Amino acid sequence: MSNINVQRRQFLKTSVGLAAVAVAPGMLLFEAAHGQSAAVSSKVRWGMLIDTANCTDGCNDCVAACNKGNGLAGGLNSGGLSPTDSQWMRKVELKDMRGGRTLSLPMMCQHCEHPPCVDVCPTGASFKRADGIVLVDRHRCIGCRYCMMACPYKARSFVHEPLHDQNPDVPRGKGTVESCTMCVQRIDRGQQPACAEACPNKAILFGNLNDPESEIARRIRTVASVQVRADLGLNTAIRYQGL
Amino acid sequence: MKAFLFILLLAATPSWAAGSIVPKLDIGKGGQCVEDPQWMRKNHMHLLIRQRDETVRKGIRDGKYSLKNCIECHASLRDDSVIGRDDSFCQGCHRYEAVKIDCFECHSGKRKSAWAQSK
Repeated sequence: MSNINVQRRQFLKTSVGLAAVAVAPGMLLFEAAHGQSAAVSSKVRWGMLIDTANCTDGCNDCVAACNKGNGLAGGLNSGGLSPTDSQWMRKVELKDMRGGRTLSLPMMCQHCEHPPCVDVCPTGASFKRADGIVLVDRHRCIGCRYCMMACPYKARSFVHEPLHDQNPDVPRGKGTVESCTMCVQRIDRGQQPACAEACPNKAILFGNLNDPESEIARRIRTVASVQVRADLGLNTAIRYQGL
Repeated sequence: MKAFLFILLLAATPSWAAGSIVPKLDIGKGGQCVEDPQWMRKNHMHLLIRQRDETVRKGIRDGKYSLKNCIECHASLRDDSVIGRDDSFCQGCHRYEAVKIDCFECHSGKRKSAWAQSK
């Protein structure tokens, strides 16, 4: 009896295997014929390492590049920063009150592995892409702003005013929440985020945290770097060196 | 009853199908569309909604049914836009059918090259 069962099991295994072999190329061809590349994969996790020693006090180039690349007003078109302008990235000045040491660093969405904004979103608009980038799907966003409350980094902005003349690659609109997308449209084209490219001192190192051979993984292995509010256990993708 | 419904359906057939009053559209560059134009008139929204989820959620950006591709071919050669005028490619038809388009509250209705030049 058991012998028969084993044979039956073998037969089923082989036929399932054969079926998979027969179907798989068809599916690949289907994908190819429909001109679709593969979806982003969790083998990659995009991240940044920010070297505070190279970040100059008073320099605002990364923020300006972010505003320009994503079509945010950022005080450029509106004649000064309006109180309701979106802010995806900002410079933060820190000072040790005892020692007097000052630091300047860029602050933006930290692209957490366990993002609180995604946890609280009632519509599933806030989501984390397979490659670790935390985004807002504005087709689903109802503008409730729970995510803005939940974010420990104050990274998100709400669009209060009607917008015109958006960047065709970066759709944005009134009534939705938005934040740093790590320039997802550039990453998908194989480019670096605008801030990393614009930094004159190369203080922002962008790369794949999951690839042990990448420059960023090597640096994180060899130099001391911290996550902001690491105590929250969110495992952020943005790390700071010399904080 | 069925026959009555059928007659009603015939009467409700859009007039472009019957070949009478058709909204005159500025189709921009035009050329070979990704699907048959008549089929596209009926189904473009399904293609766009599917493509948008693939792009936003999975990062697939080279699908052929993208809104940007529509705009690239169909934006007017006069003002590089698919909205804004009564005969603009998207707006003209949507106005005729009395269907509101939400796309362009966030998305740019302009051709990318024209947008880049204006910056």
